[in-house]
This record gives sequence, C-alpha cells and structure tokens, in this order.
Amino acid sequence: MVKLKTESVEETQNLGERIGKNLQPGDVICLVGELGSGKTALAQGIARGLGVKDYITSPTFNIIKEYMGRYPLYHMDVYRLGGVHEMDDLGYEEYFYSNGITLIEWADRIQEILPEEYLLIEISRNEMTNPKTRFFKFIPKGQRYKQIMECLLKNDALQMRS
Amino acid sequence: MERQFVRGCKKMSTGLRILAVETSCDETSAAVVEDGRRVLSNIISSQIDLHKKFGGVVPELASRKHIESIIPVIHEALEQAEITFDDIQAIGVTIGPGLVGALLVGLSAAKALAYVRKLPLIGVNHIEGHIYANFLEHPELNPPFLALVVSGGHTELVYVKDYGRYELLGRTRDDAAGEAFDKTARALGLGYPGGPIIDELAKKGNADKIDFPRAYLENDSYDFSFSGVKTAVLNYINQKKQRGEKIDIHDVAASFQKAVVEVLVDKTIRAADDKKINTIVMAGGVAVNSALRVMMGNRAKEAGIKLYYPSPVYCTDNAAMIASAAYYQFLRGGQSDLYLNASASLKLPQVVET
Repeated sequence: MVKLKTESVEETQNLGERIGKNLQPGDVICLVGELGSGKTALAQGIARGLGVKDYITSPTFNIIKEYMGRYPLYHMDVYRLGGVHEMDDLGYEEYFYSNGITLIEWADRIQEILPEEYLLIEISRNEMTNPKTRFFKFIPKGQRYKQIMECLLKNDALQMRS
Repeated sequence: MERQFVRGCKKMSTGLRILAVETSCDETSAAVVEDGRRVLSNIISSQIDLHKKFGGVVPELASRKHIESIIPVIHEALEQAEITFDDIQAIGVTIGPGLVGALLVGLSAAKALAYVRKLPLIGVNHIEGHIYANFLEHPELNPPFLALVVSGGHTELVYVKDYGRYELLGRTRDDAAGEAFDKTARALGLGYPGGPIIDELAKKGNADKIDFPRAYLENDSYDFSFSGVKTAVLNYINQKKQRGEKIDIHDVAASFQKAVVEVLVDKTIRAADDKKINTIVMAGGVAVNSALRVMMGNRAKEAGIKLYYPSPVYCTDNAAMIASAAYYQFLRGGQSDLYLNASASLKLPQVVET
C-alpha cells in the first residue's frame, strides 16, 4: 500500500496524469471517495496522461462516458445505479475485459462484480486541517497493478509520499 | 401527464408527420410532430402509468426499462395522435450523446420501424433536440439565436446560425449545471433530482447570505465549471457542523443557486453581446429553474434581447424535440441508412466561419 497526498486540484490532476502514462489496455482503476474528494479531478489527470484531448466531464448523469486517447478510455460513475444487477444491463463485461482502460468512480458500490485484479485508489480529506489537501491510498490487487505502482514511484511522485 | 391532443388531425392535415423516439438516458419517450412544430403526441414513460395500462412490472433500470417501455410508448404516441403507422412519413431517433446501451434500444426500434414501413430514418443529436424544443411552442422563433442548453448531463452554449448550422461557444469542463444541483442536494441530505428541491428551498432563503465561488475561468472563455461550487458547499456545511453551528438550508440553497445561475446568465448575455445576437433560447431540465428564468429574463430585457424557453415538459428529455430536429434535418436531406449507429460522445455538428 502506498499513500500520497496533494494540496490542490492541479496537483491531483498531475498525479492522475502520471498514473495515466503508465496504463495499458485492459487496466481497471477503481476510485473510491466521498462527494467532492477529487475523483473526477484525478480522472481528468489520468485521461490527460492517456493523451485524451477532450474535456473529461463528470459521468454521473450518463453513467458511462467514452473517450479516445492512446487507448479507449471508459469513464464510469456507478453512484446512480440501484444495484450490481444494473451493471449487467450496461454490459459492463464488455468494458472491463476490453482493449480499453476502465475507470470506475464509486467502485465500492459494485464490489461483487469487479475483476480479480485492479488498482484501488481511496481518496479522503480531513476538513480539520486544510480543506484543499487530499490523501490517496493506493491498493494494487494483482501483479500488473503492483507493477504500475513501481513505475509510478520511480519518478518524482516519490516526493509526495506522506 | 401532459396531453397534447389534436383531434381529427388525420383528416384535416397534410403536413409531414415524424414519429421520433428518445432513449438517451433515463426516459423512454416517443412523439408524433407535424412539420417540426405541431406536437400531436409526446409520451414520456415516467409520466404515464404503463404498469396500469399494459400490466406487468416496469423496472427502474436504464436499458432494461427502455426495452420494456419502448413498444407501449410508441403505440401510446400513435394512439394519442389519433393516427396509425400509415400516417407517418419519417422516423427520427436520438443517436447520442448518451448511454450507449440505452440509445441502442431506441435506435433498434427506430430502424425496425423504418425498415418495415419503408420510411426514411433520421438520426438526431440529443443536444440539438433540446435546442429544437423551443420551436414546438414558439412559431415565430427562427435562427439565428444563442442557445443555452443546461441539464443534468449537459451545459452548452451554442450559437445557432441556421437550422443545422452550429458553433459551440462554451461548455462545462467538469460538472453539468444540473449535476451541481443534484450533488449539492445530495450533500445537504435532500432527495433526487436536486434541481426542483433546491429551487423550492431557495425561495425562502437569502441568496446573498453565503458567498459561494463563481468560476468564470479565463476572461474570454464561455466555458463553465461547476465542480468547485459543489465542493465549496460541502466545505461550508462541514465547517458549520464542526463549530456546532446551525445550517440554514434555505440560505445555503439560495446562495448556491445564485452562484450557479449568475455564471450561466453572465456568460450567456456576454456571448449574445459579443456575437451581436438579439435572441436567446434556453433548453434542458435546468431551464425550468425559476431563479434562472427570472435573472436571464431581467438581464435579457435590459439588453433588449428576446428570451424564449420551453414548457417544463419539453425541457426534460422528450421525443417531441427529437421529432422537430429530425424534421429540419430531413428537409436538408439528412437521411441515414440502416447502418446508423449510436455514439456515447456524439458531438454537435459544427460550422465555424472564418
């Protein structure tokens, strides 16, 4: 497990960009954190790292948004779903096991159907201190995601280790 | 439910009637519109009691719900228009942007109808549809005008130069305006959708009580950003709670609403001024918001700009607006073949003059 922190939306986006640069087709990234924790800001950075030129807007209303960078990016927000069974209706397997990268916000709500291996990123904040500070906890599930973490920590992201 | 009855239209009218279907997100809708302007029927699944009328359970799920509702909704649209398939001259359908699984349900139904009835098929952009909702009730309205499309999924400022000729001036870079309402309502522990609830609470609150941030971005930008105001409301609530202070939910709702509405209005009026456009239309679910209607109305009046917006039933997702857009596209020869596909991130066709 690796813990990092950022002090602004820009820093969160930069962290995301570094993650995005290390992603490969088929990777699944799960983002967990309260409203306003910075899930979409991190996703914006990840998309930038994948070379997506378009704005990454919140997928809350449409549930899934698709973008094209170096690889296809499927950006999901499963908050509005009534349950795991609704993921079947969305044809989620076609996204999870595709040649694109799947980014899932509120992934804890669909725990049962997540693939065996994925990178879990838990985001939290502490209002008692600085409301701008965000804490990121990286939990890689499987070899592939441990590899991503190693790549990520090789570069300057190390400086942000808390 | 909104009932749009035009009795005896079959005998009296010789107009071009389009049957359109819309399934881009939560609503299953079918409508019959004549000459792009006269609504003969507009059926929205959440607004009719399919359960009672057709029996069986109508589940609350996105694509599954569409599959179960689409046929009854189409039949209801014909029935209310008092016509049959023989009286339809073309089929219109939303092809994006939206949720692909949901869009494909409407598209498949539309293709089947077009194929079996040998009718032209017209694929329509959902955002374009929202803008055209304004033609359904304002016969005198014609392009050019400036359109502000604000809903749960979209925030777009579009210069409509002519039918089918658009220039996207600005859009949200993060949350849609309607989404900011939904998420703020969520933060305040209110229900969903957040727009109507906050609008109602705000009426009893002081909009100048809390100074929530307005994101204007770069000086010359018509883009929007509503993610920060949501976080600012969350911070405000948390700080108040930590200090053990009481939160006046009415003041929070009113102040938040003003922060969103002010940016929408400022940017729209500035764009109209910059581009020398004397007509503004609003569309989408947030166009129902009373504070937005009042502030935009006042500012437009001061600037000598005409303002239009649709009735609430045509602000939320509906097929009548798709039929209107399909009609004007049909007149331009914008017919599709049966290979027509849906696209989750469909862009508005752009015309940029140099």
